Amino acid sequence: MSELYTLVEGGQYLIENFDEFLTLLREHIILVLVSELAAITVAVPLGVIAVRYNRLKSSILSVGNVAQTIPTLAVIALAFPIFGLGFNSAVIALFVYALLPILTNTIAGLEQVDENTIEAAEGMGMTKWEVLRKIQLPMALPVIFAGIRTSVVITVGTAYLAFFIGGGGLGVWVISGINLFNTPQILAGAIPGALLAITLDSVFAFIEHQIGGEGHHDQSIATG
Amino acid sequence: MIGSYIEFTLDNWQDLLQLLIEHIELVVQTLIIALPLGISLGIFIAYYQPASLSVLWGAGVAMTIPSLALFGLLVPFLGIGNPPVIVALVLYAQLPIIRNTYIGLTGVEKDMIEAGEGVGMTRWQRLRQIQIPVALPVITAGVRNATVILIGVATVGAYVGAGGLGDYIFTGIYQANTEMIVVATVVVSLLALVFDYGLKIIEQFLQLQNGEDVALTRGTKAITKVIT
Amino acid sequence: MIKFDNVTKIYADSTVAIRDISFEVAEGTTTVLVGPSGCGKTTTMKLVNRLEDPTEGAVYYDGTNTQEIGVTELRRDIGYVIQEIGLFNHMTVGENVATVPKLKGWDDGQIDDRVDKLLELMALSPEEYRDQYPRELSGGQRQRVGVARALAADPDVLLMDEPFGALDPITRADLQDEFLEIQAEINTTILFVTHSIDEALKMGDKIVIFDVGELVQYDTPRNILENPNSEFVRDFVGEDITLKKLSLINVDEIMRPTNVIEDTTDQDSKTAVTNGGEVMHHLAPGDSLKSALSTFVESDIQSLPVVEDEETIGVIDRDEIYEIYNGG
Ligand SMILES: Nc1ncnc2c1ncn2[C@@H]1O[C@H](COP(=O)(O)OP(=O)(O)O)[C@@H](O)[C@H]1O
Ligand SMILES: [Mg+2]
Repeated sequence: MSELYTLVEGGQYLIENFDEFLTLLREHIILVLVSELAAITVAVPLGVIAVRYNRLKSSILSVGNVAQTIPTLAVIALAFPIFGLGFNSAVIALFVYALLPILTNTIAGLEQVDENTIEAAEGMGMTKWEVLRKIQLPMALPVIFAGIRTSVVITVGTAYLAFFIGGGGLGVWVISGINLFNTPQILAGAIPGALLAITLDSVFAFIEHQIGGEGHHDQSIATG
Repeated sequence: MIGSYIEFTLDNWQDLLQLLIEHIELVVQTLIIALPLGISLGIFIAYYQPASLSVLWGAGVAMTIPSLALFGLLVPFLGIGNPPVIVALVLYAQLPIIRNTYIGLTGVEKDMIEAGEGVGMTRWQRLRQIQIPVALPVITAGVRNATVILIGVATVGAYVGAGGLGDYIFTGIYQANTEMIVVATVVVSLLALVFDYGLKIIEQFLQLQNGEDVALTRGTKAITKVIT
Repeated sequence: MIKFDNVTKIYADSTVAIRDISFEVAEGTTTVLVGPSGCGKTTTMKLVNRLEDPTEGAVYYDGTNTQEIGVTELRRDIGYVIQEIGLFNHMTVGENVATVPKLKGWDDGQIDDRVDKLLELMALSPEEYRDQYPRELSGGQRQRVGVARALAADPDVLLMDEPFGALDPITRADLQDEFLEIQAEINTTILFVTHSIDEALKMGDKIVIFDVGELVQYDTPRNILENPNSEFVRDFVGEDITLKKLSLINVDEIMRPTNVIEDTTDQDSKTAVTNGGEVMHHLAPGDSLKSALSTFVESDIQSLPVVEDEETIGVIDRDEIYEIYNGG
């Protein structure tokens, strides 16, 4: 029963500090949105260019796979000596990490298109650009989208760590709650973020399913 | 520049080693619980298909919860230190382990199962002699995936008192000690890469034993050469 | 050895796979089930080793109702070559062949000997193939391994479900010939399934013809050719019945035994023996009349000697074959 009471206290804390909560939530969402949009804008075209050049593609893939084993906290922490404290520094760190799954999935998605299909399209007189736009990209879309979904979930989680380098977000409450043994504050910071991640993942899974994805990843995401 | 990092490493190698051992211990303790749990659940849903969707969904949801939030959620109930971190890590490890066990066991070609039945293997013998050997490389891939995740998430666990290399990262941020951050980050990333590579070799070794066509990594090639 | 007694099999989704089937497979003979795809051949086969159980009627194995025999024991006594071969891809060829002996608890030395012997029997050199994996083999080789695995524990009965179905015609014909030789040596009781009437005529001592779940004719190959009992069988057997019949009769069944070649100077000056008494064209006792006929046409000779071990043991006239061909 005391567990339940703790939860209720957490709710009370949230309501009592609702304005601050909204500020933190907005910071959190902006961190995610900005880094995510930047990552998509860079990763998808980069992936498209990369599949054209075998050397570039294989080096991007191997660097990407290795880089994804680096802990998210490490990436956040490294941003600090390079870019200093603050929101911008956090966004850059999140952006770099968000880039990887989108990039590798874009390449994988474009690569999986059957050679014969491409040959047939070229045989019908399509240019390389038309093949890319009309055949490869549409067929790769579900895989690219799966990469974006993975990336978003990681970023929501990693944004919690942004506070350590002065980036704000819901991590503020969780971390100060842990420091001060303020349980209601921890819960008020942790539960909304968990719900945000689960909701975004479910929504993305639904969309992914709608556009013909398989709804699961080859590799599990490294949680932030 | 590089010199200062080397100097830092040499000055603090005993502490670093201590934290590295703590980190590995944390991951190993988690795996000791997570492996039997995940593999049993994987076997269970392989044989009881109606449960597969919900179990995989649940494990998938657990995986999306931000680690700091999950530690935060568990601390009020389990206190500070290893317990909340291990519970969270066990949860995070479930999706790759359950899913790969399930895919490995159900992915065995149907005609092989039928041939096994045809030559008079019991259900248990089919599991032991056909399904498990075929699934083993796939399960190993899941464990590899899980281990890399655990090594990363365990760094955050330092904030709630679980120790490990995360300690140096947090202290480094707190003291604005670049050497400390960079060295700890490099060590933790290397740890993840070493486990990833080591488990990859085991995975490929199992694939080879099953006569699968695999593009071998250098490590696997070297080891098979030593063995044979 | 195997007896189907008014067997009906209805699947859980109420598909009637076979209805009221009765036939027997005598010990040491090959019985072939033949019919179009989906007519219930595989189902019939699975009823023997209890991969399926009959809905009505009973299947007897060596005089005992299979329902009274333990499933595992029954299956280990019966060799089974499944339609898709179903080799264990994660095991070597040797391990595949050793499966049933291992399940039966033979000791290692005995198993190794047996594996080598079977691979040799199937014309796969043990040194070369024992440690290969199925993925590395051609279709024909995989099929041989499938048969070797089924024969490994010296089964009393061998079930073969379209064993040569997925092979190209030449490999198939080779394997059929080889298998007939092997069968002459090991004399197992065989239930063989195919959708090809030619294969059935070639391999079977007895043939069971199925039409969607029903048995239409159960007889010897020759009787089926001579007396098809229905339009369905006539259609199924196809056009060139007489040629098929010729392929079922062997030279030694109709030759005149002798050890002298008569008419060395034949009136038509077409002789079997030419300069220096060297035999140019001759037949072997195991040749079918169909191949004898083609030798006659090729050589344009009236009568040919039948030679075994370089000795003439008989003579055959072209006209005798024509007589049979024209419905004799
Ligand atoms: N396990 C099963 N459940 C339901 N129907 C089946 C099953 N196996 C076979 N059938 C059906 O039974 C019929 C006979 O199948 P089968 O014995 O495999 O034929 P064949 O081997 O002659 O091609 C087919 O209509 C097939 O679809
Ligand atoms: Mg069949």
